[in-house]
Amino acid sequence: MNKSENPQLHSFLKLFSLFIFLFSAGFAAPSLHAQDWVRTGTNLGVQRIRLAAADFKPGTMDAQTTPLKTVFDQTFYTDLKNAGIFDMVSRSMAPPVMPGSPQEINLTQWSAAPSSAEMVAFGAIGVSGGRVNVQGYLFDTKNAQTPQVLGKQYSDNATEEAARQIAHRFADEIITRLGGVPGIAETKIYFVSNRSGNKQIWAMDYDGENEHQLTHVSGIALSPRVSPDNSRVAFSELGKYGWSIRMYSIELGRLVAFSSWTGTTITPAWTSDGSKLAFSSSHSGDPEIYTCDASGGSQHRVTAFRGPDSSPVWNPKTNSQIAWVSGRTSLPQIYIMDADGANITRMTDGGYATSPSWSPNGQFLAFAWNRHYGPGAPGGQDIYIMDIASKRWVQLTHEEGMNDFPSWSPDGRHIVFQREQNGHSELWSMLADGTQQQQLTHGGSNSMPNWSWK
Amino acid sequence: MQFTYRRSLTLAAGLAALLTVAGCHKKPAPPPPPPPTPAAAPAPTAAITATPDTINAGGSVVLTWHTSDATDVSIEGLGQVAANGTQTVNPANSTSYHLVARGDGGSADATANVTVNSAPVQNNIAESNIDEAAFEQSVKPVFYDYDSYDIRADAQTTIQADANFLNQHPDLKVVVGGYCDERGSTEYNLALGENRANAAKQALVSAGVSPDRLRTVSYGKEKQFCTDHSESCWQLNRRGQFTLDR
Repeated sequence: MNKSENPQLHSFLKLFSLFIFLFSAGFAAPSLHAQDWVRTGTNLGVQRIRLAAADFKPGTMDAQTTPLKTVFDQTFYTDLKNAGIFDMVSRSMAPPVMPGSPQEINLTQWSAAPSSAEMVAFGAIGVSGGRVNVQGYLFDTKNAQTPQVLGKQYSDNATEEAARQIAHRFADEIITRLGGVPGIAETKIYFVSNRSGNKQIWAMDYDGENEHQLTHVSGIALSPRVSPDNSRVAFSELGKYGWSIRMYSIELGRLVAFSSWTGTTITPAWTSDGSKLAFSSSHSGDPEIYTCDASGGSQHRVTAFRGPDSSPVWNPKTNSQIAWVSGRTSLPQIYIMDADGANITRMTDGGYATSPSWSPNGQFLAFAWNRHYGPGAPGGQDIYIMDIASKRWVQLTHEEGMNDFPSWSPDGRHIVFQREQNGHSELWSMLADGTQQQQLTHGGSNSMPNWSWK
Repeated sequence: MQFTYRRSLTLAAGLAALLTVAGCHKKPAPPPPPPPTPAAAPAPTAAITATPDTINAGGSVVLTWHTSDATDVSIEGLGQVAANGTQTVNPANSTSYHLVARGDGGSADATANVTVNSAPVQNNIAESNIDEAAFEQSVKPVFYDYDSYDIRADAQTTIQADANFLNQHPDLKVVVGGYCDERGSTEYNLALGENRANAAKQALVSAGVSPDRLRTVSYGKEKQFCTDHSESCWQLNRRGQFTLDR
């Protein structure tokens, strides 16, 4: 069941095929479990497409064209680079030209060294009458007869935000066409920030831009989980009578009704169809995992074992399994069970393991793990991913702060997580092999990221 | 000796009889003058009441007293007072208010007893005076081992003392807060903090405190008592803390 594959995600599996091979090689001998520094080398054996993104040509003489073009070019290039599936032609290697239309591009100029591009994205951006208009193209430099792969037009109000969003949309078109699964440049990340004074739920674009505060609750807000349709964010809030689950409507910009127990009722998690949530509650006196419908009703208790149980997450592929954290044997470990509580399987074999996130294809768990955890013991808290079927794991972060709360991107190629260094926490993203780590937030304390479903 | 006494009585009676018969015709002797007595000097009177006669510590009592034919009226502990009056007093302990009235005709006294309950029972006047600081002086936190929510052996005396205080103040309601140190994961620590709070609650219940008076809140590692990064500090943060539920 765990190994069921979705043809749509075939390329995702291809991405991981090499490092699954390395898992197998690395853990053929149990003694190699202590090996921290497996360099998985995702895509090392897979030729990345060499892609050039030309600076777009200014389409009009309007004074707004230049500032919006600057934002567009920067965002567009970064999106393609972040995708993790391209070997990007650096700006210094690219021909110093700005072809604005198919008539203006000389493909051999781009396919020749040093740019050596297999694909080139180009076009024009111009502002007129308060609107920004973009024409974007993707050409295959090896196909002289019919080089055009994509041709797109976009128009919106002439704002920096619109220019950024158009860049995301065009980049996602290219990533989807060349990468096989939808790009993530238009996705959002929900998180906790204390920048307004107390911990509230915030949102930002996947690249850290456009940060904005969503909730203005009086207590402490934690554990945001966006619904699969991007319409609502479930989170937990500490009020006078303890923790309860609250529901924020992104569309309405305010809290909406959700019936929740109090006590310690925390860590909501949506099914991928948005019809149910799992959560942890002390309703019975001991923290246990429950499920409920999308409005908080029809609660069903799933676990029954003394000790802390928290942080459930559904298998998004089937919605028939739940992974969660349990302290039933002392230090917290990651477990998996059927959604009715049957077939409990312990996944981690020791240490301090928390914060599971289930990969979109259902095959992997990302989680935080401190394998040497204990009072005074050395060792860090790092992000790992585990192949569920084999329980083989690989470490993604090394010797950089305390890492926690990984959350998969919808394309399964990226992970956002929190990293605590020098006493404060920031959000970082990386490819799912641990490379291309980049800091997304700066300032305040930012934690518990949750990547949107689309 | 009694025999001797009887004989003399018999003798005296015989002599008296002889004298009476012999002196029948004599003029009777004049009566002796009455002893000299002071004119118009009746004995003083005194009465005192205390309302109410039973209070809790910190409460007050109204004393009311009446005297007559007294020139010197005093209440022990209060000194000289008017012949009639009222006074409000705040005895800290059970007290007998002893009223003494002295006059030319002698003296009189009266007593009013006031009982003070040092531990107020079934009266929340005093409990409303217990503030957070006073409460936490009396109801101490319990501390936990790393990643554990078991009540340690060294916490049992604390729990017993806490329960005694709460049993003496049955109208107080209590929030049992569960806290964790800064290490570990935020969400798991909320669940662990709930287990800690619940363990402390159950320990109090076992010591006789009604569960209806206790509710748990987990603070996980969201609120810290100590912010250093050391085991001594972490120990202070791994606690079950009791606060007034208002």
